[in-house]
Amino acid sequence: MEGKLVEYLDGRARPAERRAVEAHLSGCATCRTRAEEFRALWTALEDLPEIFPSPSFDASLRARIAAEPARRGFWEWMPSPRLAFAVSALVILSAWISSAPRVIKSPTVISRAVQESKVTAEKDFGMIRDLPELENFDVISKFDALSELPVPPTASNEEMKKETR
Amino acid sequence: MARTDVQLMLDVKAGDEKSFELLLRKYRTPLVNFLYRMVRNTAIAEDLAQEVFLRVYRARQEYAPSAKFTTWMFRIATNLALNSVRDNRHRQMEISMDQTIDTGEDEIQALEVPDRAPSVEQKLVARSRAELIMKAIHSLPEKQRAAVLLHKYQELDYDEIARVLECSESALKSLLFRAYETLRVQLAPLVNNSVKVS
Repeated sequence: MEGKLVEYLDGRARPAERRAVEAHLSGCATCRTRAEEFRALWTALEDLPEIFPSPSFDASLRARIAAEPARRGFWEWMPSPRLAFAVSALVILSAWISSAPRVIKSPTVISRAVQESKVTAEKDFGMIRDLPELENFDVISKFDALSELPVPPTASNEEMKKETR
Repeated sequence: MARTDVQLMLDVKAGDEKSFELLLRKYRTPLVNFLYRMVRNTAIAEDLAQEVFLRVYRARQEYAPSAKFTTWMFRIATNLALNSVRDNRHRQMEISMDQTIDTGEDEIQALEVPDRAPSVEQKLVARSRAELIMKAIHSLPEKQRAAVLLHKYQELDYDEIARVLECSESALKSLLFRAYETLRVQLAPLVNNSVKVS
């Protein structure tokens, strides 16, 4: 009933729907009251007065229409023929560069280059890996090769030699 | 023989500015009223109505008569009104409008009630009724408000209103019932008097 009542009251319901609503209303006092209230409500809503556009409405609208930018073609956006030529040349050049065939190296050349780069990388890595050890004093002081070096003669060493004799 | 709105719009598309003038003359008052009742501010309503015509004019080259002209026009108007209502830019103006409604001064001037009532007392009664109705309509949720305005005041067909509000016809009928039910409660003093009298 909810969706049909409004349509019935405004006279837009189809004949079959209208008859169905009328049949329901004849047996339902609640809906009958609601229908009467809706009719009264619609009459009351008609008391809302109409307002009218201000006298300047049309003039303001015409001014807004006149301020609209005219539709322009693509080439009209170009400020000068020189710029248009430059843009065209740039587009053609870009297209030509992107469509030009690229030089592709043979697989053997590529594999040789890869090998060379691997060797260089290993060397670099080895040096970097040993850096902390070379900077460690304990490691260097206990390094065998350093202990075999002749001890420089000092005063304390000479006294010790005399005592042993 | 008078040209239909669609024919007028097709003539505008073909470059006939006078046809646009005819559409403007025909629809400026209904549009301003619809928008005023949506946004409850005459200045904003006029601005939005001009925006509707501006958009119609801008779209003239792409116009294709797939629906009634009024459906298209009120769809633009409804979207603009809903955006305006939701837009915080107009919040300040709405607050000032609410304040004037409480005092009932500027609102009465804006409504421009026709001078039907001879006495001052009858004029005041008519104005207070109008304000009560306006307040009740404005208290509806935006979509219900638009549905009532398009149904009751613009008398658009159900299929047109459904297309404007982008819902099904059955959903629209339920929406309208709920809106009128709210109005019936809010305007009970006006409604009950009429029912008792009848």
